[in-house]
Amino acid sequence: MNHSRRAVLKTGGGAGVLGLLFAAGIARPGEVFAQGAGLNAFAMKSVPEALRALGAQGPAVSAAIQIKAPEIAENGAVVPIGIESNLPGTESITLLIEKNPQPLAASFSIPAGTEPSVSTRVKIGESSDVYALVKADGKFYMAKKEIKITLGGCGG
Amino acid sequence: MADPMRIRAAERDGVVNVKILMSHEMETGQRKDGSGKIVPAHFISKVTATHQGRTVLSAQWGPAVAKNPFLEFNFKGGKKGDRIAITWEDNKGETRTDETTIN
Repeated sequence: MNHSRRAVLKTGGGAGVLGLLFAAGIARPGEVFAQGAGLNAFAMKSVPEALRALGAQGPAVSAAIQIKAPEIAENGAVVPIGIESNLPGTESITLLIEKNPQPLAASFSIPAGTEPSVSTRVKIGESSDVYALVKADGKFYMAKKEIKITLGGCGG
Repeated sequence: MADPMRIRAAERDGVVNVKILMSHEMETGQRKDGSGKIVPAHFISKVTATHQGRTVLSAQWGPAVAKNPFLEFNFKGGKKGDRIAITWEDNKGETRTDETTIN
């Protein structure tokens, strides 16, 4: 399928300049959340703190957000999670794992034309509620799902 | 430099399905090595996907994303033969861009 691998190898080297910008501190993680309380939401140690840092206090619970994940995950190091929003005007999808040391796991910006649905795999330290936070038309909505973990994915 | 990503982009009925597998340790900064010292965090913190130069998805990640991260999403407006580029940047400033053609 991948005829472009050669071209990819050639273009890969050009990305070093961006890396330098990052190393110099010109751009850093968390910048998207500047509209919140100006804190790095990824560093927060609890879901309420992370929501505050995201500028998303008191999101409304919505049945239009679906979390697709196993009820029981045997291996917490690799838990597949998909989040789908059926809310019109979905701008971002954020995943929080309550019992992880830093609950905020990932945040996705959804530009117009991109379907409000993403899938990834995450580490979950112990059985935990997982939250999907969706920003749609400037408002925050949330859904929750409990995932039981047989073998932890963090530490050890 | 990190290993190349594996990117698959397939168009069907005007919607492009993109699947990406990145090669990265995604070290959490919570784990201790054999001598009891904490292994410093090392993880992809930012991912951007572009189609013909237009951003179709951007993401910010913490260290909770699993090792060798997987990402899947769909967008409208792409057609077979168009180029898709994915760039990630990690918390140590390393970055990698890979491209593929929609088929």
